[in-house]
Amino acid sequence: MADIRGVETLMSVTYDIAARDFVRAGEAANKLKRLLQQLGLDPAVIRRAAIAAYEAEMNVVIHSYGGQMKVDITPETIEILCQDSGPGIPDIEQALQEGYSTASEEIREMGFGAGMGLPNIQRSADQFQIESTVGQGTTLHVTILHEAGE
Amino acid sequence: MQPYFHSVTLEPENCKGCTICIKRCPTEAIRVRNGKARILELRCIDCGECIRTCPNHAKRAIADDFSLLDKYKYTVALPAPSFYAQFSGQDMTISRILQSLLQIGFNAVFEVAEAAEHVSMAIRRYIESTSIRPVISSACPAIVRLIQVRFPDLIDHLAPIHAPVDIAARLAKEKLMRKMGLEREEIGAFFITPCPAKVTAIKQPIGFQNSWVDGAIPVTTVYARMLKVLPYAEDTPGLQQASAFGVQWGRATGEEKAVSVPRRLAVDGIHSVIEVLEEIEMGKFHDIDFIECQACRGGCVGGPLTVQNAFRGWANLEELTKNLPGEIDPGIEREVNRRWEEGFYSLETKIEPRSILKLDDDLSRAIEKMELLEKTVEFLPGLDCGSCGSPSCQALAEDIVQGLASEGDCVFVLRDGVQSLAEELLELASQVPGSISDRETSSKKTRLRVGEKNKGSSPARPGAGRQP
Repeated sequence: MADIRGVETLMSVTYDIAARDFVRAGEAANKLKRLLQQLGLDPAVIRRAAIAAYEAEMNVVIHSYGGQMKVDITPETIEILCQDSGPGIPDIEQALQEGYSTASEEIREMGFGAGMGLPNIQRSADQFQIESTVGQGTTLHVTILHEAGE
Repeated sequence: MQPYFHSVTLEPENCKGCTICIKRCPTEAIRVRNGKARILELRCIDCGECIRTCPNHAKRAIADDFSLLDKYKYTVALPAPSFYAQFSGQDMTISRILQSLLQIGFNAVFEVAEAAEHVSMAIRRYIESTSIRPVISSACPAIVRLIQVRFPDLIDHLAPIHAPVDIAARLAKEKLMRKMGLEREEIGAFFITPCPAKVTAIKQPIGFQNSWVDGAIPVTTVYARMLKVLPYAEDTPGLQQASAFGVQWGRATGEEKAVSVPRRLAVDGIHSVIEVLEEIEMGKFHDIDFIECQACRGGCVGGPLTVQNAFRGWANLEELTKNLPGEIDPGIEREVNRRWEEGFYSLETKIEPRSILKLDDDLSRAIEKMELLEKTVEFLPGLDCGSCGSPSCQALAEDIVQGLASEGDCVFVLRDGVQSLAEELLELASQVPGSISDRETSSKKTRLRVGEKNKGSSPARPGAGRQP
C-alpha cells in the first residue's frame, strides 16, 4: 500500500465524525490512541497524536457539518488527515492564534471553544497543514514522527 | 524478568468460575479458564476491586501477620489515617486508639497522618517547581500501577514523592534510633493497611529500592485484637500529634485540601479515575495544578481491608478530627523545608512504564496482529457477555491474537458451528446412493428394525425353552 506521496503505508484507519454529537465526541481520538498503544509506539508520541486527533475531532464536531478522520501509519510517521464539509475558515492566520474562537456561547458553556484547538494541534505536530474553502470545508493534515520530534 | 509479588490472590477452591470479577477488573487482568478465575500477573495492579466484587470470597489479600512482630527487638505501629475511621463513640479519641495499639503488642506508635503533613508540603513544593500540569498524586499505589500499565504516557504527571507510609517509617525509625539508641535493623515498622495495594507497594516499591516499612498488617486483623482493649484504653497525652490536615488524608479530598495549591480536585473510585486519566491523555485538565486520585470510593476509608462501611468511616473521621488543630505545626513546616532540600521526600528512581496494551515489540508484527484483531472482533458477536472467560469481545479477540484463546471459546461462534454441522449432517443423511430406490431403502429399514427386535427379545421370553 502506498499513499499519494508514494510513501509506504503500513496500516490505515478511517473514523467518521458526526457534527454536534457531544456524546460521541472524542471517540475517534480515543480509538486512535488505543490503536497506537496496541502497536507499541512511544508513549510521548502517542500522547501528541492523541491530543492532535482529539482537537481535530472536536473542531469537526463543533464547527462543521460532519467529516472523517483518516490515519495512516507509515514506517516513520503517523499521518492524520481530517476532512470536513462545513463553513470553512475565512482567516486561517487568525484562527491559529491562541484564544481566538468563533464558537457560540452555547458551545463555550459546555467547556469547549476556548480557542486552543488549532494552536494545540500545531504544538503537537511535527508537520502541520491546513487548507480551507469558505462554504465548502476544511482539511487538516498533521504529521507526527515515531521518533520523538523535540 | 523479576516475578511480580501480588497481594491479591485467588482461592481456587472458592471460585465457581462465574465471570463476575472479570468485568469489574480495571486492567482486564482476570480470565476464567477451565472453570476457575486466573489473575494475569503482568496486568494486576492489586487494587482489590475483585475482592470487593467476588460473591464467593475467592479473592483475598495476602498480608503480614502479627507473628512477624516477634522477629524484631522493638516494634512501631504505623496506623493509616483510615484506621482511625473504624472507631466511633462519644468518648472515642485518636489518642485512645493509639494507646490500644501499644496494649496489643507494639512498643511504639507513629502516626502516618503526621508523615502525610510532610508529604502534603513536599507535593506543594514539587508543584511549585515544575511546569507539568496537572500533577497527579502518587500516594495511592493502585493508581501508580494503573498509570504504569494503562496510561504510560502520564507517568511524567505523577508527583515523584514518597507516600506518607514510607516517610512515616523513616521518621519513626530515625527518631527511635536517636532516642533509644537502637540499630535500624532492630526496629520493625508495621503499617496498618486498609488495602492490598499498599502491601504490594511495601514488598515491591516503585521509584526506590527497599522500603523502610517491614510489614503490612490489615486493618481487619488489628481491629479484631483492638476490640478487647479499646474500651479500657485511656487518653494518653503526647501520643496524638497529627493535625486535622494529616488525618483527613484517610478519606477522599483530604489530600487535595492538605496540599492546598490553588487549582485542585479529587477523584475517587478507580473507574472514575480512569475517565479522568483518559481526559488528561487528550490534553484536558491542563488548567488544574493537582489531582488527587484514589482507587477506592471514598478514599482509603473505602479500602477492601477495612471493617467499617466507607460512608460510616467518612463520618467517623469527621467526628474524630473535630477537635484537632486545623493547622500544620510551624515546626514541621521548617523541618519539611530543610529536608526537601536534602531530597528526603523525592523518589530515587524513575517510575517505569509497564504497558500491557502493546500487541508485539516489533511494529510490523504488531500491525499484522492488529489486522487479525480487527477481523476477529468483526467475527465475534459484540455482546461482551463474558461467557468465554474474557471480559469483552475485544479482550477475547486480543487473547485469540496472542494465542491465549480460540474462536471456539465464544459460545455464539460455537453454536453457529454446531448449527452448520447439524445442517450438514441432515443434508448428508437425506442423500441416497444412486443404485437403490427410495422405496427399497425404506422397506429394508423396516425389516431390519423388526429383525433386531425379534433377535433381542427371544432369549428373554419366559418359558421359551419348554416349547417342543
